[in-house]
Amino acid sequence: MTLLDVRNLTVTYPGGAAAVRGVDLRLDAGQKLGIAGESGCGKSTLALALLRLLPAGTKVTGEILLDGEDVLTMRWGRVRAVRWAGASIVFQGAMHSLNPVHRVGDQIAEPILLHRKETPAGARRRTGELLEHVGLPAARVSAYPHELSGGQRQRVMIAMALACDPALIIADEPTTALDVMIQAQILRLIEQLVDEQDVGLMMISHDLSVLADLCDRLAVMYAGRVVEEGPARAVHEDARHPYAAALSAAFPRIGDPASRFAPRGLAGDPPDPAAVPSGCAFHPRCPVAVEGCDTVDIGLREAAPGRLAACVHVPAGNSADARSTP
Amino acid sequence: MTTEASPPAAPAGPRALARQRRRRAAVRFWRQYRTHRAGLVGLAALALFALLALTAPLTVGSDVAGVTDAPGRPMESPSAEFPLGTDRFGRDLLGLLVWGSRVSLLVGLLAAVLSVVIGALVGITAGHYKGMYATVMMRVTDWFLVMPALVLAIALATVLPRSLGTVILAIGVTSWPTTARLVRAQTLAVESRPYIERAKALGAGHVHIMTRHVLPNVMPLVLAQTTLMVSGSILTEATLAFLGLGDPTVVSWGGMLQDAREAGAVSAGDWWYLVPPGIAIAGVALTFTLCGRAVESVLNPRLGVAR
Amino acid sequence: MTADAVSAPAGQADGPAPAAAPPVRGPRARTWAGYLRYGAGKVGGAAVSLFAVLVTSFFLFRLIPGDPVKTMTGGRPVSAEQLAALRREFGLDLPLWQQFTDYCGKALTGDLGTSYQFRAPVTEKIADALPNTLLLTGTAFVLYTALGIVIGTRSAWRQGRLGDRLNTGLALTLYSLPSFWLGLLLIIVFSVGMGPVPGLFPTGGMESGGEQGFAHVLDVAHHLVLPVLTLVAVEYGQTLLVTRSALLDETGSDYLTTARAKGLRDDAVRRRHAVPNALLPTVTLIFVNLGRTVAGVILVETVFSWPGLGGLFYQALSVPDLPLVQGLFLFFASAVIVMNTVADLVYPLLDPRVGR
Repeated sequence: MTLLDVRNLTVTYPGGAAAVRGVDLRLDAGQKLGIAGESGCGKSTLALALLRLLPAGTKVTGEILLDGEDVLTMRWGRVRAVRWAGASIVFQGAMHSLNPVHRVGDQIAEPILLHRKETPAGARRRTGELLEHVGLPAARVSAYPHELSGGQRQRVMIAMALACDPALIIADEPTTALDVMIQAQILRLIEQLVDEQDVGLMMISHDLSVLADLCDRLAVMYAGRVVEEGPARAVHEDARHPYAAALSAAFPRIGDPASRFAPRGLAGDPPDPAAVPSGCAFHPRCPVAVEGCDTVDIGLREAAPGRLAACVHVPAGNSADARSTP
Repeated sequence: MTTEASPPAAPAGPRALARQRRRRAAVRFWRQYRTHRAGLVGLAALALFALLALTAPLTVGSDVAGVTDAPGRPMESPSAEFPLGTDRFGRDLLGLLVWGSRVSLLVGLLAAVLSVVIGALVGITAGHYKGMYATVMMRVTDWFLVMPALVLAIALATVLPRSLGTVILAIGVTSWPTTARLVRAQTLAVESRPYIERAKALGAGHVHIMTRHVLPNVMPLVLAQTTLMVSGSILTEATLAFLGLGDPTVVSWGGMLQDAREAGAVSAGDWWYLVPPGIAIAGVALTFTLCGRAVESVLNPRLGVAR
Repeated sequence: MTADAVSAPAGQADGPAPAAAPPVRGPRARTWAGYLRYGAGKVGGAAVSLFAVLVTSFFLFRLIPGDPVKTMTGGRPVSAEQLAALRREFGLDLPLWQQFTDYCGKALTGDLGTSYQFRAPVTEKIADALPNTLLLTGTAFVLYTALGIVIGTRSAWRQGRLGDRLNTGLALTLYSLPSFWLGLLLIIVFSVGMGPVPGLFPTGGMESGGEQGFAHVLDVAHHLVLPVLTLVAVEYGQTLLVTRSALLDETGSDYLTTARAKGLRDDAVRRRHAVPNALLPTVTLIFVNLGRTVAGVILVETVFSWPGLGGLFYQALSVPDLPLVQGLFLFFASAVIVMNTVADLVYPLLDPRVGR
């Protein structure tokens, strides 16, 4: 059953910057979808757009069907009801995403009291359970965020995201600010919780290998577009779009000598969303660009069964969808 | 301050380059300042006030302040001859108002400059020299910051002879600590940049670093601060004059209000004697505040001053 | 896991606790020790500040005029013997250091000398006037702080909208008004009466005299209206601007996005999340600005002949009654320092991020 269906989503900031330009995504209940891309490619904007959290004045068009209901046409009261109860977010940088002057217990209990109409005692009990669930002692409810370590704070964020049993959890770079050991712990925790509670997960990261390891499907974004989509492992190991290939090569697979001997990076920066290059947005950095790449914009094409890529090198003819071409 | 693409004229010395960069910065500054409507209104009003004060010797002349042969009878209501009425000596109040702007603006400007100079000096040195000196200077600054500045200014004005110099000094030495804190913070930020390290490695002395590297970078802040300080200084000057601590021989707006109160204008309900000087004080103070805030928000957009 | 608890370092009040500071490990007892250390530092600093006030007050009034007795007599013809007698009376014939230690000793025991004008101890005059000033200032303080914080936070939340622009404009205008002038205008309009407006309030003073009990309370309240209104008006502007910019500093914070994502109403995001974070720096600044409030109090009391410290200060200035001016200077400065120290001590108890 389809949990989240994003159709032709575009986001334009008040200054005219097009951060997301026609994105289609699908996520089934209990499935894990990874979104990969460099910083500035629009993946965090996408996460905020899903719950209509972008600043006032931002233009959002398309459809965001959450359980069949379009978030973009909901009334505000309904949007507030869907927030956290329908879909919750684990933000990056838990230091700043937790309110420094409230106890973490109160912050976890807040959505429970709001959406579940629990009694304060009931909310307190549930808060304690949630903390133990993410591997923290229940007594930590009375701690302030600054009294916790980075990993502990991220665990609090995860407990908070689980508070109202949402059908979808959006994790926006949940491990960026943590050191490697803690990163692994947090990823393991997310994986375990998602598996046992059967919630849908949308995981956003720049680290393709982490996503390939954790997710079922993987979408690679560049300049506000999805440029490749497919089963996670296949995309990571055998990328069809040159950008996805470069991103994949930037995080070498352990035990693969080829990547060790030929470390590859990608020169240049992602384009400014206010001035996206003509044609294929990737052509100025593309190692395999051909004549015409700077004028013709290629939509997503079927590269293999269940796999899409937006590149001129993918044989045309079986254009998978007409939606993505504007 | 980032430099843009190098100028097309290739044979330019370092001085010419610096001049060019400064001119471009000024143009950029003006372009942004122009978008602040309140700042533009303030600037226009400021020009008007300055014009009035500078042309006062031609329009009203210094003899409006003379008590001996005043043109009207004492305490006349506004009329065609005296649009704002007359004071208790029969002097033309409109003339006095225009004449008084000279003292109010002069004292306000000089006191603000004195205050900002002290503040910048303390701020730059406290930011440059670390250690004991900086600690002591910042403690002194904090002490002055908390002190009731007006009480201190009043105490100074009481014990020193009555003159404009005293008023300027009393305001200047009591109002510098905010500037000192701001300038120190900016100095610390500038000195943490790598080119200061390079200058030191090349043998630059303390004075060279402070005057050639730190000062040009804190200058915009100092200018904004001066503009903001002027309004406070004008208000304090009026206050001191109202309390009878100003120079009794010159006409100023605060002094006019004191005169009005002593002449019984309040209990007689002679609003025309009281209202104009107060509006003039508030108007000039507001003008400088508007300009200062606009300058500040151009220099530091994070302050979020409404346009 | 509990042993892993990391508590904040005892931070300075003048900035957010730096993340780079080494974390202090340990349970509550250790952190209370941290608070005590912080408190002792603040009290020690206040003691130094108070001593500096004492030094300033002594040297300002003894050294700058050259001859304080001459200033005191204000140029009136006084014979040489009278001058000598006055010098002896004020101890001016002693060596400077002895004068200073005498002065400090007396000040510490509450002896601030004798008022030249009232022929009464300065301390007594201050003690008589203090309650009246506290009544006026306290009432105004509560009002302008509450108004400034409530309207300032709402204004910042709707930054750039018409309401915010009007509020900021009004605040800037009030901030630019000379307080004494506003007071005089209010007297003309509401006490003397202007056109159709009758005289609604008394022109000055604190009581009409004669009333007892509840009638007396009402009478004082009646006298209180205009002075409080003036003081609130001139202090409100600054409070609003301070609160507004403190809240604007918070509006971009990530924790507010979290609060919105939880489904809280916009109002609740502001009240429950943004305001508590903005309030703490605001309160500190309100206390730092108390020095400015003192100026307002002096002028308002002068204009409304309120029998408080400010009115007394004006009376002392016009003579000039140097012992009284000096005593009041000492009192105002010390009061502001003490209030700020109290604020510094309470601040970490309210803000979980600092101290403790």
